[in-house]
Amino acid sequence: MTVTDGILTSADLAGHGVHGDDPDTDGKFGVFGGRYVPEALIPALDEVAAEYDKARNDPAFIGEFDHLLRTYAGRPTTLTDVPRFSEHAGGARIVLKREDLTHTGAHKINNVLGQALLTKRLGKNRLIAETGAGQHGVATATAAALMGLECVIYMGAVDCERQALNVARMKLLGASVVPVTNGSQTLKDAINEAFRDWVANVDHTHYLFGTIAGPHPFPEIVRDFARIIGVEARRQILELAGRLPDAVAAAVGGGSNAIGIFHAFIEDQGVQLHGYEAGGRGKENGEHALTLTEGSIGVLHGSRTYVLQDDEGQTIESHSISAGLDYPGVGPEHAWLKDTGRATYHGITDAEAMDAFALLARTEGIIPAIESSHALAGALKLGRELGPEALLLVNLSGRGDKDMGTAMKYFNL
Amino acid sequence: MTTLQTVFAKAKADDRAALIGYLPAGFPTKDGAIAAATAMVESGCDVIEIGLPYSDPLMDGPTIQDAVHRSLVNGTRIADVLRTVEGVAKTGAATLVMTYWNPIDRYGADRFARDLANAGGTGTITPDLTPEESGPWREASAQAGIDTVFLVAPSSPETRIKAVAECCTGFVYAASLMGVTGARETVSEAAEGLVERTRKQTSLPVCVGLGVGTGAQAAQVARYADGVIVGSAFIRRLLDAQDEASGLAAVRKLGAEMAAGVRA
Repeated sequence: MTVTDGILTSADLAGHGVHGDDPDTDGKFGVFGGRYVPEALIPALDEVAAEYDKARNDPAFIGEFDHLLRTYAGRPTTLTDVPRFSEHAGGARIVLKREDLTHTGAHKINNVLGQALLTKRLGKNRLIAETGAGQHGVATATAAALMGLECVIYMGAVDCERQALNVARMKLLGASVVPVTNGSQTLKDAINEAFRDWVANVDHTHYLFGTIAGPHPFPEIVRDFARIIGVEARRQILELAGRLPDAVAAAVGGGSNAIGIFHAFIEDQGVQLHGYEAGGRGKENGEHALTLTEGSIGVLHGSRTYVLQDDEGQTIESHSISAGLDYPGVGPEHAWLKDTGRATYHGITDAEAMDAFALLARTEGIIPAIESSHALAGALKLGRELGPEALLLVNLSGRGDKDMGTAMKYFNL
Repeated sequence: MTTLQTVFAKAKADDRAALIGYLPAGFPTKDGAIAAATAMVESGCDVIEIGLPYSDPLMDGPTIQDAVHRSLVNGTRIADVLRTVEGVAKTGAATLVMTYWNPIDRYGADRFARDLANAGGTGTITPDLTPEESGPWREASAQAGIDTVFLVAPSSPETRIKAVAECCTGFVYAASLMGVTGARETVSEAAEGLVERTRKQTSLPVCVGLGVGTGAQAAQVARYADGVIVGSAFIRRLLDAQDEASGLAAVRKLGAEMAAGVRA
């Protein structure tokens, strides 16, 4: 049965049959994905997978999710032509998908609302989540407040400092924020700590995973809830430009905003898919988060994927000026898209991203998140490569309010 | 090389549980780990698990995280882990490596199994390797003649216990509680039920770990399990010690207390 009167249809969640299909029963995308977790968590992952299977075929669930997306998150988000910015891309036409205009200011709200509804179906009353930039933490705290769920957010101590404003937002929304002081004190360590909490409290707690990494079924669930970005954008760009774009560009940390906009275009073979990772201070000195472009295949946080690791499998700490891209792993579906050649991944340095950040602000009056600025910087290069006739769709995954502290320091404002 | 089979047969003949101690390689130092593990054996441990330090130990509590972090800061490499195994195996204890999967994956499953066997290691415990993903490792281990131990948990339904036990040789590791490693005030009541449920699925020995920190707790667990696994409590003694000698003395004292416990 298909629900058609919302922006979301049941086909958007169930059986979209892209690239042969959803991950197989072991949660594999080719050789990537799977489950590498303590046995104690397997029943909980099975429970989440089974409930999600029911939910995505349940018109009531889809209706409720759709209702929240429209009346709470502010969907559909618009497309915006950015001609003055495009002049710097060799005249190629760049169109932004405005996820920055959603409630809470980033695409993260889509996944969070879906999973919070799933949490209620699971009969659980406590949400935990990891956060890097703080956007996923804010979104999770928001959904918890909306649905009356207890909420604990794990955030690396370094990130707490970088994103102090978001820490305050989470607290105001009623969440407890736990600064994680072990390891690199960033996103990867926050994920470790969230898993430790989950295994101890799994009977009443849902781990609201924020990206398309982690053990099966998280990569599939998070993708499906983020997929609305591309579903909308595909319809909208056909309306706006009368054709599909030549390329879709998105920033890639864990990879949820990128998969969200890519997925609806995977079967459109004429549409190039470009993901932009954080090149940090440059790959030469090793201070980057170039997981797909410089990493190797391994296991991190429960999933086989590309990882930044040394020759003995120890995770190498990543670096990016953008907390949301500062992660040494990546979703297994991106690993798969890379290896099959369907998507291409590139690095964007801190400096390139900050240039694009300032450029969009000055030419279009839009202050993007530094994460999204990596996609913008990528689009500037891509536009020059593809020429003035090209049409580029860029996922503006979030807004830059949270990044003002970083910008003030970087630009001496 | 002393095998797990020998250890459990001997413990059974003595009508007691086996005592299994855990310590990460490279902690408190590379040589200090061998000295501490030797002290654990001399004070009564039948089996030693040498931890392979990993940057993202997501099922470990603060004590083991701390020790592992120090070990990595000490520059511990897999070659050091294997050297530690070699040193400890010489004491006559059955010596296992406990490790998250990625370091083996990266090192190469066949190569790691072979090198571990050559170092005198008797097998591995891999807490994040599920039956579904364990095929290559079980093949490599069988080829090298070493045991594979996997974990069951209180949350495991019978079908999972069966699947995990079928992948195990040596023994089945029953995690006593839902949570991370670390000594607790009391041993979870879930442990006994889990051991009972596991015995229905396998004739292998069943050992209990997570949360055992005192001789009295060891005695309590020894009443229903074939082996008692102690990790964080040993590490805590070393972390709290002023110097190496007092650390080793504290380890010996705890080892003796635990050894008395499994014989109570």
